[in-house]
Amino acid sequence: MYTKDGEQYYVVDSHIALWDARPENQRNIHGKQFIDCFYDYHRNLSPESEVWGYEEYLYQGGERLMRDVFADGIVDHAVFQPARLAEFYHRGFGQTEEAFALAQAHPDKLTYNHYWDPRDGENGLDALRANAERMNLQGVKLYTADWHGESRGWKLTDPMAYRYLEACRELGIRNIHIHKGPTIRPLDRDAFDVADVDHAATDFTDLDFVVEHCGLPRLEDFCWIATQEPNVYAGLAVAIPFIHTRPRYFAQIMGELVYWLGEDRILFASDYALWTPKWLVERFVDFQIPEDMTEYAPLSTEVKKKVLGLNAARLYGLDVPEHLRLPGADETQTGPREPAAADLASV
Amino acid sequence: MAAVLTARLSEADVRAALGTVVDPELDEPITDVGFVRSVAVTEGPAGAAVEVHLRLPTSFCAPNFAWLMVSDAHDAVSAVPGVASVVVELDDHSDSDLINRGLAAGLGYRGTFGHEAEDSLDGLRATFRRKAHTAAMERALTALLRRDRALDVAALTLGDLPAGEHTTAALLRRREALGLPTDPAAPVLVHDDGSRPDPAQAEAVLRRARSVRISVDGNAHFCRGLLTTRYPGSEADQTPRPDDRPLIPLEVRS
Repeated sequence: MYTKDGEQYYVVDSHIALWDARPENQRNIHGKQFIDCFYDYHRNLSPESEVWGYEEYLYQGGERLMRDVFADGIVDHAVFQPARLAEFYHRGFGQTEEAFALAQAHPDKLTYNHYWDPRDGENGLDALRANAERMNLQGVKLYTADWHGESRGWKLTDPMAYRYLEACRELGIRNIHIHKGPTIRPLDRDAFDVADVDHAATDFTDLDFVVEHCGLPRLEDFCWIATQEPNVYAGLAVAIPFIHTRPRYFAQIMGELVYWLGEDRILFASDYALWTPKWLVERFVDFQIPEDMTEYAPLSTEVKKKVLGLNAARLYGLDVPEHLRLPGADETQTGPREPAAADLASV
Repeated sequence: MAAVLTARLSEADVRAALGTVVDPELDEPITDVGFVRSVAVTEGPAGAAVEVHLRLPTSFCAPNFAWLMVSDAHDAVSAVPGVASVVVELDDHSDSDLINRGLAAGLGYRGTFGHEAEDSLDGLRATFRRKAHTAAMERALTALLRRDRALDVAALTLGDLPAGEHTTAALLRRREALGLPTDPAAPVLVHDDGSRPDPAQAEAVLRRARSVRISVDGNAHFCRGLLTTRYPGSEADQTPRPDDRPLIPLEVRS
């Protein structure tokens, strides 16, 4: 819980990882390129006081993760969203057993989501069923740009992917987090839109699709589909650190998301260990849309409470203490919000 | 035998040619964003041998865009009079070997990347030419709206835009590139195909254009910043983002 100016915020970090990118786990040059790319994001967007050394960036381990993510008790709950990247790392990038064990040791604080890949075929479906039972999965993280043998990507609309989505429905895995953003991109499939999410969200209305990184660098395509599908959400991982170096850009991202999706479908995430959540939460609570950006309504305290934790708590059925809730959280809607509040738009 | 007077090819000539190569996603020349790492010109009896090295902000920048810029650079430099041979290489990319080999062997995009590649990148180019126009349209309109909120956006024509402003000139350039009308009576707010939206839809069309512009500008800032993080000193090779796009000042707070 975070308290500022008499307001209390329940905080859910909806995207964290326990990765291992140390040289002994790198399968090839791409393993190094991948973590170097992350490290450049980290160095480029972090405040100077939050920049880590390269060595400590490669691997954190569970103990440090608990200290970093739950520093000062600000974050109430966090959700693992692992990336497999088996073509880049011997034991994969996200450390499944280590993260799962940590989540079992701290069930009040951590939820473990796993991944699947339709290119694993029938064997992968069997593994999904086994994992769902063993890990009591409520969600999965999907990376459509992951490499797999000769393949450089897949789509949610691939027939095999639909079989996996059907299995998720059957197994009660409701939260489908899908990576649409940097770092690796599919070669051509899906390269510049999120249209596959649109189709899947229409065909699986009982699943929730959280588009991680809100489709950056294709924010416009994401907003356009998300405004039409009530079960599509925006994950702020990678978007929110712009709050520091490029606050005016971040203001526009938030302004667009609130306009197109509304305040009930945006989820805070640090993307730990890319960044740590503490400074992001502090900055976000203090953040406001610049006054000269008259095309956007200011961000209210209520909006911030929803984004920081209440929206994710709803998706994951987290037990939010009574005094941290907001009265009457509505069903999510479709279509642009309050065009009248965004004055330029109403001209 | 009469001496043939030919001016020696200079590095500046090569850079000028590279200045015509655009990163379609950022809508800026690769020379402005610092993607040209080095240019070497060696004069020989048959003409000049040119070697160009390009670099990108990350190892995993989209391979289709990378291919597009590298092959455009090869074409642009090859067309410079006096150039006998050209080597263009992309450095430090996850697909550097593949791209550099494919380009040197003239394999084309599909020949280089294989079965998951589209046959041609024309569709990609067209998409981003449209986005560049949409963003330019939004910049021109929002600049006016911030001065006068009562403007009827749907009724504005190109003749209503302030002549000589960068935002106006930039919009006209992008309309020409798409083959859209540029006469003063043509409406400013248009769909991709040049048709005028129904007045009731005007607001939505402008809002959507805004999200396109924010994506383009945001990418430009992120890519420029990442390049300087990855290649210290590359700031010196970047020219400031042109002031036809003034709406998000690049602001770095420490």
